[in-house]
Amino acid sequence: MNKTIHTVTSPVMGTFYRSSAPDAPPLVEPGQTVKPEDIVCMIESMKIFTEIRCGRAGVVKKILVENEEPVMKNQALLEITLGEK
Amino acid sequence: MTFNKILVANRGEIALRVIRTCREMGIKTVALYSDADMDSLPVKQADEAMHIGPALSRKSYLNQDAVIAAARETGADAVHPGYGFLSESASFAQACHDNGIIFIGPSSRTIARAGDKSAARQILINMGIPVIPGSDDVIATPEAASDAAEQVGYPVILKAAGGGGGRGMRIARNQKDLLGAFSVASAEAGAAFGNPALYLEKYIEKPRHIEIQILGDHFGNYVHLGERECSIQMRYQKLIEEAPSSFVDETLREQLGSTAIRIAKAFDYTNAGTMEFLVDKDKNFYFMEVNARVQVEHPVTELVTGLDIVRKQIDIAAGNELGLAQADILLNGWAMECRINASDPTDNFMPSPGEITSVILPGGPGVRLDTHIHDRYMVTPFYDSLIGKLCVWAPDRFQSVRRMKRALDEFEITGIATTIDFYKKVFENKQFQDGNIDTHFLEQMDNL
Repeated sequence: MNKTIHTVTSPVMGTFYRSSAPDAPPLVEPGQTVKPEDIVCMIESMKIFTEIRCGRAGVVKKILVENEEPVMKNQALLEITLGEK
Repeated sequence: MTFNKILVANRGEIALRVIRTCREMGIKTVALYSDADMDSLPVKQADEAMHIGPALSRKSYLNQDAVIAAARETGADAVHPGYGFLSESASFAQACHDNGIIFIGPSSRTIARAGDKSAARQILINMGIPVIPGSDDVIATPEAASDAAEQVGYPVILKAAGGGGGRGMRIARNQKDLLGAFSVASAEAGAAFGNPALYLEKYIEKPRHIEIQILGDHFGNYVHLGERECSIQMRYQKLIEEAPSSFVDETLREQLGSTAIRIAKAFDYTNAGTMEFLVDKDKNFYFMEVNARVQVEHPVTELVTGLDIVRKQIDIAAGNELGLAQADILLNGWAMECRINASDPTDNFMPSPGEITSVILPGGPGVRLDTHIHDRYMVTPFYDSLIGKLCVWAPDRFQSVRRMKRALDEFEITGIATTIDFYKKVFENKQFQDGNIDTHFLEQMDNL
């Protein structure tokens, strides 16, 4: 086993959202398997929503930010445990 | 008659814009501020300021009860809503009325009728005014969008039912795109307008976005103030506007102007408003929507007409006659506006909030700058990215282009990314200089 952690970061200062719409379920939950192209969260900055993609394949280990919390540019948002190499 | 005190229910450059005219008219002003705007210029320039809530818009500038309470507490006899926020909220206009406060804008009923885009569309179709083919009703699900798209034919565009300005808009060229775009467009619409409803229409390729500014009083008098050319857009956000349009001749101007006034009359429209049209390469025009408020780009119309649109809004709301006939409206010279945004053109126009460390402002002949920024100003991520509007006036388009290039060269903002350098490139572009533009110009600029 050679596991490493991939950290998903915010490209911009803004507000963190776990779902794509106010009444929608969270995009991902801890323990969920994700593919690189999967959208894992949204960041709203200056009224623009940006879909944040996972970037790597693996399993969601931890969501580091609470829903609707402010985040800084480059702040870590989620940790992804990468699959076995 | 006029007002004693106006509460400005907005922030940033437009709050400052309204306060400036009020001061010139001898009307007292009340500014509102969220936690993020405590030290802002509108707060400094207004006679009074009231805290309205936390930084998030829906807890502050969109909080109708708090705004009404502030107006009552300060004894304001009218509210100017600016653009965005509560400016096109029928319920807010009604709440003002119910509290004996004059809402500076159209009536609640007009906002509701003009803002209900599917009903508005049907009214105009019945009047024989050309509109773009699209869904008759609000689209509730991705599946319904897909059915509507099959009827009008791809490509199609999704738009927010609750407001304009590009929020909640997405183009889809096939069913797969459409299903993917639906939830994002709906989320954006919900966040921007508090209403996630969408509608769908056929997408017209290579169109120009041309709009007509109108004024109407409470005595049935209407004038139009000519057109604004707003084709320079990025993701349906206008970036550069001008008045007049190099594409609009006297015949088309008369047709668009008289159509805009017919639309205004159909909605019993009062105060300042804008009718937006798409115009195709053969000069066929299609009505898009009514913007029931003062618009961001109103200064270019002010510069070519010599009118103060905000002053007209206040006079009309106070119950005065328009005092203008169509023959009084003379377009003089050429005005252009660049929207200075806190966004990064080198990074796909990503928002670029942060602290402005220093700023050097342009000036000199024919330059008008509407902005609320200053040295050490913190651009927060809570509101839209507009931090200023750089406008120029000159006798003709050629000289206006030259003057804008000169003003852009003078303008320096350090600390955050802005659109200034990007506009320098646009103004160097031969096609742009020739006025050969459509709403896709910026997407294709690198290839021109």
